[in-house]
Amino acid sequence: MATDARNAGRLPIVVTVVVALLLTILPLPGRIEAFRPDWVALTLVFWAMLLPRNWSIVYAWLIGLFIDVAQGTLLGQHALALSSVVFITLRFHLLMRVFPLSQLTLTVFALLTLYQFLLFWINGVAGFEAPLIRYWGPVLTGTLLWPIVFSFLSGVRFRMQLRH
Amino acid sequence: MVVSRANNSTPARIPALGFRMLFLVFLSIVLMVVDHRFSHLQALRKVVDVAVYPLQVAVDAPFRLWGWLRHATVTRGELQDKLDLLENERLILKAELQTQAALRAENQRLRELLEARTRVRDAVRVAEIMAVYANPYGHSFVIDVGTRDGAFNGQALVDAQGVVGQIIRTALMSSQAILITHPSHALPVEVNRNGLRTIAKGTGEIDRLDLPFLPNSADISAGDLLVTSGLGGGFPAGYPVAVVTSVNRIPQEPFADVNAAPVAALDQVREVMLIFPSAPGPAADADGD
Repeated sequence: MATDARNAGRLPIVVTVVVALLLTILPLPGRIEAFRPDWVALTLVFWAMLLPRNWSIVYAWLIGLFIDVAQGTLLGQHALALSSVVFITLRFHLLMRVFPLSQLTLTVFALLTLYQFLLFWINGVAGFEAPLIRYWGPVLTGTLLWPIVFSFLSGVRFRMQLRH
Repeated sequence: MVVSRANNSTPARIPALGFRMLFLVFLSIVLMVVDHRFSHLQALRKVVDVAVYPLQVAVDAPFRLWGWLRHATVTRGELQDKLDLLENERLILKAELQTQAALRAENQRLRELLEARTRVRDAVRVAEIMAVYANPYGHSFVIDVGTRDGAFNGQALVDAQGVVGQIIRTALMSSQAILITHPSHALPVEVNRNGLRTIAKGTGEIDRLDLPFLPNSADISAGDLLVTSGLGGGFPAGYPVAVVTSVNRIPQEPFADVNAAPVAALDQVREVMLIFPSAPGPAADADGD
């Protein structure tokens, strides 16, 4: 019974993560492309914060590897960045849960900055160059969109729990 | 509610979490180093690509459907207009082709005289660019042709006007390619007018190539057409690449500052042609001039 409930609880997570992945590879017009938020990072942070048991950094790492293949970046680059962000979220999930939304948004800003910084750092070590807006753009839009993502995913979670 | 309470983690899990993270960091670093330095991980990429492909198809599908719908709902008038246009174009091309045939025969005779190897025409295959976002740092795209159809790494891609780019990674049913304007892309070219050979480097700007290795005394001027030279063996020779836009000779510098604009419509191309070189490898191309 318990495992049943747990498996059922996984479904919305899987669906939202797949949607986040789709949004990640959706083509955007050139100008806006630099401002594509890190959908997957936002989604994973949310689920890691609220359902830490259903979530593990190994999944985050595998999803990151998936992004690496889809986007042709170094294997392990997004995996490392994503699992680091989820690791911090899991470590402080109890604290983050009691944050008011404004403070939580600031925390997400810090997490997204770390995420992009890791990508930037690895690119630097490997010798790939990209304009700085490619790194700051996603952090800005990601932070601005966090309240919306948060309330949307909260709604998803709320509704799925009502069903059980 | 029961679910969420059961999901609360206990502090006892934390050390295991840190250990796991440490392991993942280590694994990531090993993967990245191996991926950067060697090519052993292509197999792993191919395995994961099998899972990526359905997502790419899902993202591409609405765009494809839209294109199909637009195609299916053209009015008769529009079709008629297009037909007229194509008919005109065909006439002009045919006229040009007549002189081409004579030229080709002449070229062949001259090459025989020079005892150079005759150039065979390359086979092509049309591929569609999938509406999928491929790389966060730009200037690359995904096409719907993979190893199943014979695509290979380094294969040249052209459109109706000129060279578009080349394949850098193949999967079973799709391939990733970079444009010639990609900052890490360099292409051996020659000036069509006089056979002057040089390298055209990508700049990261969609409408500009850089020719960094031309001395101030080089015989090159704005308007010159650059074609692939075939040196290096990657690209077959003779495909148009770019038109020189500006030549800036700086007396105190060893090299002139030369820019060129790609002739292919890099930012609006939807279909590309894969070129299958007919003669194997660089040997056939090395007789440039």
